[in-house]
Amino acid sequence: MANEVVDHGRRRFLTATTAVVGGIGVVSAAVPFIKSWEPSARAKAAGAPVTQSLKKIEKGQQLIVAWRSLPVFIVNRTPAQLAQLPKEDPLLVDPKSEVEQQPKYAQNETRSIKPEWLVMVGICTHLGCVPDFYGEIKPEPFDPNWKGGYYCPCHHSRYDIAGRVYKNVPAPKNMQVPPYHFVDDTTVQIGVDPKEAG
Amino acid sequence: MANVFSNIGEWVNERAPGMMPMYRAHMTEYYAPKNFNLWYYFGSLALLVLVNQIVTGIFLTMNYTPSAAGAFDSVQYIMRDVEWGWLIRYMHSTGASLFFVVVFLHMFRGLMYGSYKKPRELVWLLGMLIFLALMAEAFMGYVLPWGNMSFWGAKVIISLFGTLPYIGGGLEQWIMGDFLPGDATLNRFFALHVIALPLVLLLLVVLHIAALHEVGSNNPDGVEIKKGPKGNRWDALKPADGIPLHPYYTVKDLVGVGFFLLIAAFIIFFAPTFGGWFLEHDNAIPANNLLTPPEIKPVWYFTPFYAIVRMIPSFLGSAVWGVLAMFSAIAVLFAMPWLDRGKVKSIRYRGTGYKVALTVFVLSFFGLGAVGAGITAEVIPAWFGNVDLTFWENLFGRLMTLLYFGFFVFLWAYTYFGWETTKPVPDRVTTHD
Amino acid sequence: MKHFLSGIALALGLIVGTLPAHAAEGAKVELMKSGADVRDQASLQRGARLFFNYCVGCHSLKYVRYSRMAEDLGLTEDEVMKNLNFTGAKFQEPVISHMPAALAGTWFGKAPPDLSLEVDAKGADWVYTYLNTFYLDPKSPIGWNNTTLPNAAMPFPLWELQGMQSAQMQPAKDGDAAGVEKLVLSHPGKMTPAQFQQATRDLTSFLQYVSEPAALQRHHYGIWVLLFLALFTFLAALLKKEYWKDVH
Repeated sequence: MANEVVDHGRRRFLTATTAVVGGIGVVSAAVPFIKSWEPSARAKAAGAPVTQSLKKIEKGQQLIVAWRSLPVFIVNRTPAQLAQLPKEDPLLVDPKSEVEQQPKYAQNETRSIKPEWLVMVGICTHLGCVPDFYGEIKPEPFDPNWKGGYYCPCHHSRYDIAGRVYKNVPAPKNMQVPPYHFVDDTTVQIGVDPKEAG
Repeated sequence: MANVFSNIGEWVNERAPGMMPMYRAHMTEYYAPKNFNLWYYFGSLALLVLVNQIVTGIFLTMNYTPSAAGAFDSVQYIMRDVEWGWLIRYMHSTGASLFFVVVFLHMFRGLMYGSYKKPRELVWLLGMLIFLALMAEAFMGYVLPWGNMSFWGAKVIISLFGTLPYIGGGLEQWIMGDFLPGDATLNRFFALHVIALPLVLLLLVVLHIAALHEVGSNNPDGVEIKKGPKGNRWDALKPADGIPLHPYYTVKDLVGVGFFLLIAAFIIFFAPTFGGWFLEHDNAIPANNLLTPPEIKPVWYFTPFYAIVRMIPSFLGSAVWGVLAMFSAIAVLFAMPWLDRGKVKSIRYRGTGYKVALTVFVLSFFGLGAVGAGITAEVIPAWFGNVDLTFWENLFGRLMTLLYFGFFVFLWAYTYFGWETTKPVPDRVTTHD
Repeated sequence: MKHFLSGIALALGLIVGTLPAHAAEGAKVELMKSGADVRDQASLQRGARLFFNYCVGCHSLKYVRYSRMAEDLGLTEDEVMKNLNFTGAKFQEPVISHMPAALAGTWFGKAPPDLSLEVDAKGADWVYTYLNTFYLDPKSPIGWNNTTLPNAAMPFPLWELQGMQSAQMQPAKDGDAAGVEKLVLSHPGKMTPAQFQQATRDLTSFLQYVSEPAALQRHHYGIWVLLFLALFTFLAALLKKEYWKDVH
């Protein structure tokens, strides 16, 4: 019966070739399934840049807008609040914003493009709560020497009015500044770097 | 490198000594008859489609919303906003239809070569259970996109249960969980479609294959190779006409897989709706409980059974007869091993009566499909002009119903009373590649 | 053609070539061939321009994002936002008509339907024929009627392009009510009949694209998948032949 000689070389070659081509097929077929986990067009649309007019934000007031489903704080800071910033430096973890929690163009004393306008992702760097805004420089129940800033209700982390975190609180880093730029004097667009920085 | 693999192999073997023997028993030392022909591709293809349905189905659930308000939109979300979502959905919808194509051919193979006969009755029964589970699975899946055909399809099919005397009305509402198909219906169908029935299907498929490998495969000659001479080039004690499933039938089935995927890919990429047969145009309209689609009909693979419901008139004040007839059309197939008392398995050696009856049976199945799909409603006026459509359609449909059931009656009488003249069956298989 | 092919596959030649054309509004209307082609990008661009000039006032495409449309039609963001988007929607947002649905209901009796899936539901030929069969009808409350969709609640938006058609009536025959025999162009419009047919073909192409944007990707990838599978099948056949040399 087994009088015919089997060409083992040809058999091995065909097996290997078919296996390789089949393997390429299986891997290629997996690509669409893996890619289907990428953010969908709807998610991307929701994550598109957000344009916000600043006209209605009074001095000392904060507006919260959603960008990529995240709360973004926009604060029109008063000269008094700005003047307080350098004085807080000794009490802060990262007063010079050396940790990369902001674009290069916001790595400055006020952590902003224009000193009075703070634009910041309002997510506590501890466990992701949204800190409350206590802008006024006045004694608060949680701190009789409050100089204005953010207080996180979850685990009592505190930040100054530039989102810089104080020492001895659970949060490790300053709050994040998103990419943004000014379309004109009274309009800000969140999600896009300024042209000269990009 | 090879050393590493063999070490891992040894490590596993020590801890699970039964695994390699099981692999051998079902693959390299499972001896299948060497004369399988074209009709024997459809079992492995059904398994392939099942895997496809499970994988694509899992990925569809990731973006589908099972609610009356959100389902239709979420399907369009998959088709447009999810990267490659269209491909995954078309693979699933095309797979559903091809599943039935493959399973119908697989079943027909069984009828043709007597694969339901002793000793394979259990294989056939398990296969029929798979078919039932598959019909339930397909119906519920068809409802999920919540288009207007989904909605009305659900309404009509559930109403079939409403025709049962005494309990019908209550049963109908119990199935829907509402007074019309709605959120409750959609959610329970979703749960059954994605979890319950796939588990049942998988279990039945494992049992179907296990039962088959217990008795061994049939073949186009209907010869029991285990009863024939022993000794082949791999094993002196195994059937002479058997060849190991692996590698011989695995490489052969690979060719079948290639051809099948070519056809499937052509449909998926160039004709995903298949001219309105696989994805119906009326289902591009969202579910609307105030507007019945102009031509309400089930998706193609249900049309033969649906036609039987339509062809049986209601009498004694009840519409249950059509529904009973439809379920009998499936139930009677379960009884095949006992209805057919013929001594010979394969159509190659059976009497002319059987050959004619099986042909007529297949034609009646297509005829019923044509009635159920509304083809006769188009063809009769086109071919015969201004005639009484209802009369002729009912006449044709009832004739087809009669022929469908007549096959089973004839087959029983033909074999029970010994009217069949068979040809001598050879001792060994006759043809092979 | 598709009906024909699927018919053979399904009925196995039992009943060939006479399968039902898919249902459009019950009544039997001879449909014209649209000639719509989603692979003709220039046609899609012209169709989009027509849609956003004449249709979007009432009809939304709620599943279609401007951004996706720009990508598929080969248009830039600026072109879409300046020439096509008149609703002030963002680039990534879907095409929503700014006609308030409630108001539309009082004007037309029912709200104008979303057209995202119109071609999928009715067929390209139906849409094309519908756009070409409006006629002046003094008996209709809106002044217009349509032979493809009798008593349509929609006034003809493209009349300045096509002009106005009038119906030549057919007298009532036994059994049949009086019907429209044919439509004649009674007041010419800005376009010649040939130009108008091309314009409605473009619009139909656009609506066909809109009902299944994936069609472009399907055609793009499909041929490569088939070629790959053909190679695989060929190799598998060689492999099978090689192994089956053992089987005697």
